[in-house]
Amino acid sequence: MISRVARRTWPPLAFGAAFLGFWEWAVRFFELKPYFLTAPTVIWRQFVDGFGLVRGAATVSGTNALVGLVAGTILGIAMSFALSRWRLLDRIITPLAIALNAVPIFVLVAVLNNMYSITSEIPRRIMVALVVYFIVLVNVARGLTQVSSTHVELMRSYAASDVSVLLKVRVPNAVPFLFTALKVAAPAAVITAFVSEYFGGSQNGLGSRIASNIANSKNAAAWSYVLGACLLGLLFYSISVLLENVVRRGGGRQ
Amino acid sequence: MSAVTISNVGKTFNSGKPNEVQALSGIDLDIAAGEFVSLIGPSGCGKSTLLRLVAHLLEPTTGNVTVNGKSAAQARLDQDYGMAFQQAGLFEWRTVRKNIELPLELKGWDKARRRERAEEMLALVQLPEFGDHYPWQLSGGMQQRIAIARALAAHPQLLLMDEPFGALDEMSREYMQGELLRICAETKTTVLFVTHSIPEAVYLSQRVVVMSPRPGRITKIVDVGLTGPRSEDTRNAESFFRAITAVREGLRGMHAEHVAMGMDDR
Amino acid sequence: MSLPFGRIVRRTATFIAAVAVVAVIWETYKFVGPTDGGSILGVRVLPRTADFAMPHVWEMFQRFGRPEVRGRDGTVFAAVAAGAWYSFRLAAVGFVLGGVVGVGLSVVMARFDVVRRGLLPYLVVSQTVPLIALAPLVVSWGGRLEIGSFTWPRWLSASVLGAFLAFFPVAVGTLRGLAAAPPAALELMQSYAASWWRTLLTLRFPTAVPYMVPAFRLAASSAVIGVVVAEISTGLKGGIGRLIIEYAREATGDPAKVYTAIFGAAALGLTMAGIVAVTDTVVMRHRPKEHTA
Repeated sequence: MISRVARRTWPPLAFGAAFLGFWEWAVRFFELKPYFLTAPTVIWRQFVDGFGLVRGAATVSGTNALVGLVAGTILGIAMSFALSRWRLLDRIITPLAIALNAVPIFVLVAVLNNMYSITSEIPRRIMVALVVYFIVLVNVARGLTQVSSTHVELMRSYAASDVSVLLKVRVPNAVPFLFTALKVAAPAAVITAFVSEYFGGSQNGLGSRIASNIANSKNAAAWSYVLGACLLGLLFYSISVLLENVVRRGGGRQ
Repeated sequence: MSAVTISNVGKTFNSGKPNEVQALSGIDLDIAAGEFVSLIGPSGCGKSTLLRLVAHLLEPTTGNVTVNGKSAAQARLDQDYGMAFQQAGLFEWRTVRKNIELPLELKGWDKARRRERAEEMLALVQLPEFGDHYPWQLSGGMQQRIAIARALAAHPQLLLMDEPFGALDEMSREYMQGELLRICAETKTTVLFVTHSIPEAVYLSQRVVVMSPRPGRITKIVDVGLTGPRSEDTRNAESFFRAITAVREGLRGMHAEHVAMGMDDR
Repeated sequence: MSLPFGRIVRRTATFIAAVAVVAVIWETYKFVGPTDGGSILGVRVLPRTADFAMPHVWEMFQRFGRPEVRGRDGTVFAAVAAGAWYSFRLAAVGFVLGGVVGVGLSVVMARFDVVRRGLLPYLVVSQTVPLIALAPLVVSWGGRLEIGSFTWPRWLSASVLGAFLAFFPVAVGTLRGLAAAPPAALELMQSYAASWWRTLLTLRFPTAVPYMVPAFRLAASSAVIGVVVAEISTGLKGGIGRLIIEYAREATGDPAKVYTAIFGAAALGLTMAGIVAVTDTVVMRHRPKEHTA
């Protein structure tokens, strides 16, 4: 049993270890300047020592991401019901949402900052909510509309009302689509949260800390915040995967 | 010299492991040049495995396979056979013509020669106008004819077919059977044909090899004994029904439960 | 098979309609909303509607025609176009670089199972981890890093970041496509005694194309995002990101200007996406059309 797990997991572990090992060795052997690359051991040391600071910054960015994620998901789900009900709306909004995928919409933070006071975290939260909203909207709308025609025909043969079809067929069909969306939206929320910090406003989050530390040539500190950001992103992703598994266990389509 | 000699061939999968299965055991079969031989039997009797051993897509655990006097491995390297499967398996990104040219490209034929040969093959399967079409524009039966054209493109002396007409409807199937015989008569190809259908096996072959599972072995070889070229009347002839009965008895001669598995009189 | 013009016209029309709807909502809110912003349930979520915070939609378009800096020549349109063009070139370099590395890596992973098992988990995880956090670091190499006689230019950092973000989806998508060849087709190639490389070129790559299409779409937008974030996080001169930040700083006096830069960034993203979409259509023109529900 253990040997089977080991046989499956050794390549990624080996590659990871080899990568870190090479990195460490290269920094030492080539005497690489810290502004280029910092050794992993130094980064880890910095991370552990400065953990409180990193955690604080992560909390700020993470809260923004979370608030935006929840708001965007709720709004996205609500709007997707509207799209499934009125197809004209679907035909206008869905292409727009898909086109917006190609556009770096986080630059809107620049104008959002002007609409609110300088110390407000609201612009960032709105930005995250907007990004999440479109991801959730497109996916859940697809889940509500792309149901098997056999199922719809069956319900119609039962003279079932539209609401009944919605609840009994469309919504269960859409649940996996929601989780697909969340698995994309959760990391996107984290990224948007701290990229938004580059546009000014309060400087307590991970993004601004990384930038300011680099500007002050405190590279090891910057790297430790980068590590914090990566862990935050992983955390959000893991939670969405966990949520999916919890809901799936209650039955439903594989 | 026989085209294909299978002597004392056995094949075991996953030997030594808990899911070990003996697919074939003690298979002896000689196929003469130009002969049409069918393999028939219930699911799990090893007929597809046997075909793949001849194709050298699998290696036998015991015994020996020779094709055209060479080892099966050498025959594959020399491209001595063509294969056709149940799914026509044409490449959807290539035109019909380029699909036929595929084995010729791999053999390194030059462009003009390939083109000429592809035209020949299209004429042979009676689809000359479709060279520049794409496979998805053709019906299932037409795709299967192109697959046969591809299998014969490099002048192989042996054709290996694994239920190629299984996905077709009844009318297309009968039509394709006639076409296949016509083509093989023209090219004088030896054919080893795997099928689930008793009438198909009898209609097409000189000999029908009946197989049984667990482990796969040959139960009976039925000499179909129909003289002369086949025609539509053949399907109504007395000798046809007699041969079908002989094959069916060969299949029924096994344990009753095997008969329940996937045999049909289509 | 010609380009589906009817579909393109319809798509463009609905897109314009959607944008018009947004503009209407914007102006409506401006008309009815509180000038100084407001609250819902005690949370200050409603933005200010005064002209300096939310300029009128037509003012945004007007601003394109007027000079960038008062008293000097050169319209805002020229400045925004130049910035967008600069960023576009950086993103294109990043996209190509990331695409090449991504495809190359996927071939190596397809060939050597050990490499695939070792690297694929990291590639998948990397799409959930904000690697863009490295942006300020990579940009800081500019002007300081020297390899032999070559000094790392700052703009290269932006392209490298774009390449970095673009290469992950390309590698994952291409690998999935290379592995998607049907077993019967692989058996066919085996019966032809075709070598692994021959099979790769004749069978696996063409099979992979439909999987590479969405991967490259994602790569294009990722490259743009990478470049713009690199520009913004460090104020890289010449690009659209820097313009947005600059104009945003002047927003109290000149509120419409920042919107022009934002439109420029949007145009940049849409152009990249458009080029990739046209390439997709050309590459897939002979394939059977899949039906979408």
